[in-house]
Amino acid sequence: MALSPARARKRRRLGVVIIAAAILGIAVALVLFALRDTVVFFFGPSEVISRLDDPKLRLQERRFRMGGLVEEGSVRRLEDGKTTEFRITDGPGAFTVRYTGLLPDLFREGQGVVAEGRLDDKGRFIADEVLAKHDENYMPKEVADALKKTGHWQGESEAKP
Amino acid sequence: MSSFFAMGGYAFYVWSSYGAALLILGGIAIFSMVRARQASRRLEELKRAAPHRRRREEAANGA
Amino acid sequence: MHRFANPARFQRLASIILPWSDVLTAGLLVSGLYFALFASPADYQQGETVRIMYIHVPAAWMAMFSYSVMAAASAASLIWKHPLADVAARAAAPIGAGFTAIALITGMLWGEPMWGTWWVWDARLTSVLILFFLYLGYMALVNAIDNPAAAVRAGAILALVGFVNIPIIKFSVDWWNTLHQPASVIKMGGPSIAPSMLLPLVLMALGFHFYFVSVLLRRMRSELDLARVRALEDAIALNSEEAAA
Repeated sequence: MALSPARARKRRRLGVVIIAAAILGIAVALVLFALRDTVVFFFGPSEVISRLDDPKLRLQERRFRMGGLVEEGSVRRLEDGKTTEFRITDGPGAFTVRYTGLLPDLFREGQGVVAEGRLDDKGRFIADEVLAKHDENYMPKEVADALKKTGHWQGESEAKP
Repeated sequence: MSSFFAMGGYAFYVWSSYGAALLILGGIAIFSMVRARQASRRLEELKRAAPHRRRREEAANGA
Repeated sequence: MHRFANPARFQRLASIILPWSDVLTAGLLVSGLYFALFASPADYQQGETVRIMYIHVPAAWMAMFSYSVMAAASAASLIWKHPLADVAARAAAPIGAGFTAIALITGMLWGEPMWGTWWVWDARLTSVLILFFLYLGYMALVNAIDNPAAAVRAGAILALVGFVNIPIIKFSVDWWNTLHQPASVIKMGGPSIAPSMLLPLVLMALGFHFYFVSVLLRRMRSELDLARVRALEDAIALNSEEAAA
């Protein structure tokens, strides 16, 4: 049952490749696990609340991104005419956000957004950039209207960000 | 028709996307075709120029 | 498997497949473009920009598919020393780089009007950019090494190491919060995309796959021809040296 030398070499090369791939995979998984807070693009409001005093994240001192849905009925223009105030929510948590500048086309109530800025001493989030985040649902307007009418709507205003 | 080209005000973004895809895919396809033609033409030339060396070439190729 | 290792047999097989894959590429892309640009509705949220999806998403799939082909061929070349596998891996790299470039460019052109930014360093966008650099690095490495056997081995190892990036790209939108939205088509519970929009997406994706086959076979062909050209030229040079001596 001895393998020919050529087949033994092939089998050895296969073994080396598999073992190397496994080690590499584990190493990458460990690196990604260690970097999990860095790789995250934004934090949800409830996450910000629960990790506010986390010394690793220092959310009270530094710039970070907050993502969630724009609360229905919360958007208003301030007196200066340029600043928009709205609330970002992810269900359990919510923050008031102030932003001065142009909003993206997709920005609307019930839609997902990601704002970048820092918390002020009153617990408001002062953003200098607001990006719209859209969900993975694609459909024509008529279908969306029909779904809303029949109560089968599972669109962005219910989904988690 | 003009509303088709306007793409609801997003003409630049939509048409640039299709243009970029056409340019890149078309470029790669044409380049690969030209290269394949040149390679096979050169091979035929060499074979015709040196028919008695075919066996040696075959051996060198390991085929 | 080694039945196909014979270059002459491969050339015959390629000339049978090529006309079919060419016709299928053209047919699928023309009908795909018709549905993508004319016969599909605008999105309820994104309006006409949803048409960018019909290029962006299939190109991104192909970027990962091409790399998987390259990695599989590299494994075959490393382990079984399959003579055609290395040719296939090298032929796939520029096609994959092209699809990745398309995915990145159309993604920026889609992100600017919808998200409000051309680019963000979130996990999905960054990992796809890394994929693009892996393709470029692979091509540069293989072309930089003169010794063919060493080039094959170095390229294959780079391609295999880089393959860890593929699952990271795919699952980045599920593992971490990203600005990029999660998958719409390949996910649990079926696609969350209207059938009238799924049709152009599928047609374009199929068209891109046959485009890949057509261009890959052509590139492998010229690579094999060029190898014979080099062998012949060497033989001629050797002969004239012998004659001179």
